[in-house]
Amino acid sequence: MSALDPLFTYLLRLGDDNLVLAQQLGALVSTMPELELDIAVANVCLDHLGQARYLLAYAAEVEGGGRDEDHLAMLRDERAFRNAVLFEQPNGDFAHTMARQFFVDAYQVPLYEGLATSADLRLATMAQKAAQESRYHLGSSSGWVVRLGDGTTQSRRRMQAAVNALWPFTADLFSADEVESVLVAEGIAVDPASLRPFFDDTVAAVLADATLVLPSDAYQRTGGRQGLHTELLGHLLPEMQSLYRAHRGVQW
Amino acid sequence: MQHETASPATPAVGANPLWEVFVRAKRGLNHVHAGSVHAPDAATALRHARDVYTRRAEGVSIWLVASTAIVASDPDAQGDWFEDDKPYRHPTFYTVSDEVGHL
Repeated sequence: MSALDPLFTYLLRLGDDNLVLAQQLGALVSTMPELELDIAVANVCLDHLGQARYLLAYAAEVEGGGRDEDHLAMLRDERAFRNAVLFEQPNGDFAHTMARQFFVDAYQVPLYEGLATSADLRLATMAQKAAQESRYHLGSSSGWVVRLGDGTTQSRRRMQAAVNALWPFTADLFSADEVESVLVAEGIAVDPASLRPFFDDTVAAVLADATLVLPSDAYQRTGGRQGLHTELLGHLLPEMQSLYRAHRGVQW
Repeated sequence: MQHETASPATPAVGANPLWEVFVRAKRGLNHVHAGSVHAPDAATALRHARDVYTRRAEGVSIWLVASTAIVASDPDAQGDWFEDDKPYRHPTFYTVSDEVGHL
């Protein structure tokens, strides 16, 4: 099959989401404020890395061009990455990390629950497990949004700042083109637009609990699904890929 | 002995008390002490316990106890309390069937 196969592109999009996020969360291991949070962030990181590996390995198989999951992860350049721009936003402070995770989780829970009944059994199998992981992640991240939002003056200010900073990258989660429409018609993909009600309801309920508000500015940055990224991915990829590029085919 | 404090589930604001974690490996077994976590409240402690002590499929259920609620024996009284040279107390005169898994 060609690289333009819609299933290949769809798997890259979902796989890159998780790969880029796992790389960011991995950088936090050993830096969290408490041992318990350090292990928690490592757990979440590894969940996303596991999802990324499954999706990218499957993508490589669908492509049938001799590339494997490592090749896809480590040898593609920025413009070939298909993650939504939210995933590449920086860790920032703890509030930013948790707000980003919260928006991710509110998107991935309905995504994986939908994919769990996909006509593609490989995707459905993966999604059933991933949905469990995402539901647990959502419980944790939404808890932190509420705790910090409805906390002290400083924690509230910082969580509101994080929500304001990350909200403009959320619409990209729901971007869709003919890749999704073809696969939705075949019962394989989930229509990103159909995830919006769960996302919006979850965000509204949690922010209300957290005494936070969404920014009124309507600006949204999209384009990640076409490889049009914010500058941050260009910093993340060299760090992630340098070892593999220096030692082609290395195993570690 | 312990002094009664405010409910362990709702400690004072700003406190980060210790919680003892008990994990049940599978249905039918008892909860076994796995370790402890620091957390400001019970809900957070439960998530911490799950994250720290059940990462590798160690359990299917968690119990938490505020460490302040544990009443412990005196370590200095170990000899008087737990002197173990009493073989006549061990029931050695019957056999246990192989089918009995966890007695």
